[in-house]
Amino acid sequence: MVKRLAKGTVLGIWLLITVFPLYWIVVTSLKPKAEIFSMPLKYWPANVTFEHYAELFEFADFGRYLANSLMVSLVAAAAVTVIGVLGGYTLARFTFPGRGALMLAFLVTQMIPLFIALGPLYLLMSDLDLLNRLAGLMVVYVAMLVPFSTIIMRGFYERVPVALEEAAQVDGASRLSALVRVVIPVMLPGIAATFIFAFVQCWNELFLAITFIDSEDAKTVPVAMNSFITQYDIDWGSMAAATVVSVIPTLILFAAIRRYIVEGLTAGAVKG
Amino acid sequence: MTKRAFTGRRAAFITLCLLPGIVFVVLFTYWPMVRGSVMAFQRYNLFDLTQTPFVGLENFAAVLAEERFWTSLRNTGTWVVVSLFFQFVLGFGLALLLRRHFRGRGLYQAWVFFPWAMSGFLIGLLWRWMFNGQFGVINDLLLKTGIIDQRIGFLSTPGWAMTSVIVANVWYGTTFFAIMIMAALQSVPKELYEAAGVDGASRLRQFWHVTLPHIRPTLALIVLLRIIWILNFPDLIYSMTGGGPAGSTDIVTTFLIQQVMGGDYGRAGAVGLLVLALLLAFSIFYLNVTRSADGEKAR
Repeated sequence: MVKRLAKGTVLGIWLLITVFPLYWIVVTSLKPKAEIFSMPLKYWPANVTFEHYAELFEFADFGRYLANSLMVSLVAAAAVTVIGVLGGYTLARFTFPGRGALMLAFLVTQMIPLFIALGPLYLLMSDLDLLNRLAGLMVVYVAMLVPFSTIIMRGFYERVPVALEEAAQVDGASRLSALVRVVIPVMLPGIAATFIFAFVQCWNELFLAITFIDSEDAKTVPVAMNSFITQYDIDWGSMAAATVVSVIPTLILFAAIRRYIVEGLTAGAVKG
Repeated sequence: MTKRAFTGRRAAFITLCLLPGIVFVVLFTYWPMVRGSVMAFQRYNLFDLTQTPFVGLENFAAVLAEERFWTSLRNTGTWVVVSLFFQFVLGFGLALLLRRHFRGRGLYQAWVFFPWAMSGFLIGLLWRWMFNGQFGVINDLLLKTGIIDQRIGFLSTPGWAMTSVIVANVWYGTTFFAIMIMAALQSVPKELYEAAGVDGASRLRQFWHVTLPHIRPTLALIVLLRIIWILNFPDLIYSMTGGGPAGSTDIVTTFLIQQVMGGDYGRAGAVGLLVLALLLAFSIFYLNVTRSADGEKAR
């Protein structure tokens, strides 16, 4: 009994520590300015206001940034998922010369600091006339996520019995139609998880975006929020509102694929 | 798995499936990486691209002569070792507590897992606000509980700034360890415990002699990956302190990003290669040490 109580207390404290920062940012976003910067601190907003959210959309054009982020993340994640579905299949079902080398080449990109590529990538994007354009971000995000999606999809295929496809092929289906009609339906949850994971990565990405984008038209949410910081004084009310708005989609999406996330986190590691 | 010659329709199918991914990775990851490594040996400043001669090891010499590089290297050590230590210990504890099923465990895991949906950038902002020297909630809580009697400028005092970013990082990374270690614990075959139980081994002895040896190789790998990952994780520091005050929270990756933003691609390349070499040397050393330790145990 004492043991159970102790365990419950420890778990409770950890839950509190985990959730409090999120609670605090939500509370901050709902306080009027005067209340945010006044002592003593209120742990519950005395006068709930949505003025910071309104400001975000009226003065900061946050709607456009959200639309940009959504566009880039959707397109890049879709492309990455298709590439992963095809590439993962080949890596799981065939042996061919260079297969091991290719997997190693993919894994290596997950391990080394990619910031060494940042400068030359900027020059490349400039040569291709892709700076300050959403298409440019999509392209680099696809490149950034292809190794991950391919490796994780390969893992998902390996859990589908080969016999399933062979049965379909015996029935006269071609390899490709066996893949599309028999294998992929079985793997839909995994494919969805890969898509969501890729989407969230793009949605959250900062350094590539601030390197390639500085025009208002093409800013994504993190780029816009980054420009809030570089000002001398941070307007914490708006910043808190922006944080809440940008984190809600990812929270919902991650909750939906929680059981696949461990797989995602280890994809670069244990597999291969 | 199909094992046949790489010819005809089969080869065409394989090539077609893999080509898009390869093209993207080669063009937008490997090519810039190679180009960046070559730039390390060139004078290459964005503000004067008329002359980009090869200068041998000049960039490396310049970087190594810079005090800030060495500071960032020392900070990287602190940042990685201290973050990792607390993430590991707390994560292990959490995993052991969550090991047995109880009512509401799924819901609990969902809640403590949520930091993973946030970017390092947002987490940095969250904690920057909480650690605020004037209106920060952490100062307020410490004052209220009587632990301190004067506000601390957490992010404006060099020693405190490093502590603060590490606290944020531990908050972020502990759950990761908990989940990974739980997965590792579940991989221990039940029969091993049954055998130990018959022998009358206590819980603690079971843990020490059965569980730990079994999961040690996995733990070693998880730790290595975390080390690499924490080192490559400038986002949180970037938004929380920007490497300041006075470079006291600069790590090698924030230092590298500053070089890129400053337009000196030659030096950025040199820093990148130095970090890469260090990482590689460390990984090889680490794998050798952990492998030989496990090897001896097995014999």
